[in-house]
Amino acid sequence: MCPTLAVTNGMAQAMTMSGAVLFVLLCANIITSLIRGMLKPHLRILVFTLTIATFVTIADKFIAAYLYSMSKELGPYIPLIIVNCVIICRCEVCASKQPVLTVAADAVGQSIGFGLALASIATIREMLGSGTWFGYPVMWEGFDKWVIMVLPPGAFLTLGLLLGGANWIGQAFAGRGKKQAA
Amino acid sequence: MEYMSSLVLIAVSAALINNFVLHYFVGICPFLGVSRRVDMAFGMGAAVTFVVSIAVGLSWMFTYFILQPGAPLSGWIWHGVTGQPAEAVDLSILNYIVYIFVIASSVQLVEMYVRKFFPSLYKSFGVFLPLITTNCAILFACLMVMQHIVGATGPEAWGLDKAMVLAVFAGVGFTVAIVIMAGIREDLDHCDVPKPLRGAGITLIVAGILALAFMGFTGMDRGLEQAIHSANNNDTPTAAVEPARQVRQTLPSPENAPTKIESTRG
Repeated sequence: MCPTLAVTNGMAQAMTMSGAVLFVLLCANIITSLIRGMLKPHLRILVFTLTIATFVTIADKFIAAYLYSMSKELGPYIPLIIVNCVIICRCEVCASKQPVLTVAADAVGQSIGFGLALASIATIREMLGSGTWFGYPVMWEGFDKWVIMVLPPGAFLTLGLLLGGANWIGQAFAGRGKKQAA
Repeated sequence: MEYMSSLVLIAVSAALINNFVLHYFVGICPFLGVSRRVDMAFGMGAAVTFVVSIAVGLSWMFTYFILQPGAPLSGWIWHGVTGQPAEAVDLSILNYIVYIFVIASSVQLVEMYVRKFFPSLYKSFGVFLPLITTNCAILFACLMVMQHIVGATGPEAWGLDKAMVLAVFAGVGFTVAIVIMAGIREDLDHCDVPKPLRGAGITLIVAGILALAFMGFTGMDRGLEQAIHSANNNDTPTAAVEPARQVRQTLPSPENAPTKIESTRG
């Protein structure tokens, strides 16, 4: 939840973040799946978190080495992947029960979904807030930038309205389905 | 005076200006999940403040004595075992793993302690304690303290005192934010919210407006700094009134706005 809001003020940040999440989720899920026979129930969560923390460290050092300016910008939000509920939840629900291949497919699917969600928020915020997309100007000449969109409040507003929009579409479809059935 | 002013600045900045929830977006999950009623929100805030202080204190000690490059304790052991210079040791790659361990175990510790010695307190906020392990606010506070130990020099390098001030006031800021949110949501129950926005949607929008309000605190740290400095320089009775006026003057003018806003505007 937290990175969703913090890293979506630009497309580039959002994409780096979802790449990191893909890597961490994939590796952590595979490892958890491999050791699932050895897990003791009460130590389960701790083992998951430690596995995740290891891979987050790798991802963090990798980004710091190859994308230095990006790592400066993302700052402490990369390590915060450790406590991201998505990853722990997938380890718990899926990876501790399924064989490796299923788990890997699940991890890829989950992180693509996460990436799409980040991308939709980041697109809105970057286009309205700085008039660019991936750093390239896309809005027309003389477009008045909505500074508030790249600042913290914009993130809350965008996510709230997007959720409302998604619910609205969902409810509209559900209503139509009912009418057709009747 | 210099020392006190830096502490005050850290406190104000952690609690209000860079509020953890509304500025850094950490601790959003409990902020949205447990903010349905004011008393529960207050319990959650108290629990977070408690745990964040303990976790930051422990992680400061771990980072300073064991994990940072050239740390005294691990350097001493390294020197004793291998005979190589103590400065060569650098365990900072283990930071995240150690922090997670510290947080998880301190939550466990707090839970056991509270259950044993304060049963009534345990009943009121015991349910929140396990949730706190996955609260990003705690880890984020630890990471902020880490940034002020590893590779920091001069006034940027924080001692245990500054780290603790940061932790306690970050917890206070979290409590303030979540209690305000819970108050608004209690009133919101009686409002006619559009159907698709009910639940998480309207909560996020309210949080956005709240964040907008908290942005009004930006620049307050500079005003305070000036006030403390001028009070420090001439200790006359009128000096106390003067800085207050200065603060009020410095707030709205654009050239005194913090660099962060300017950079996003440019």
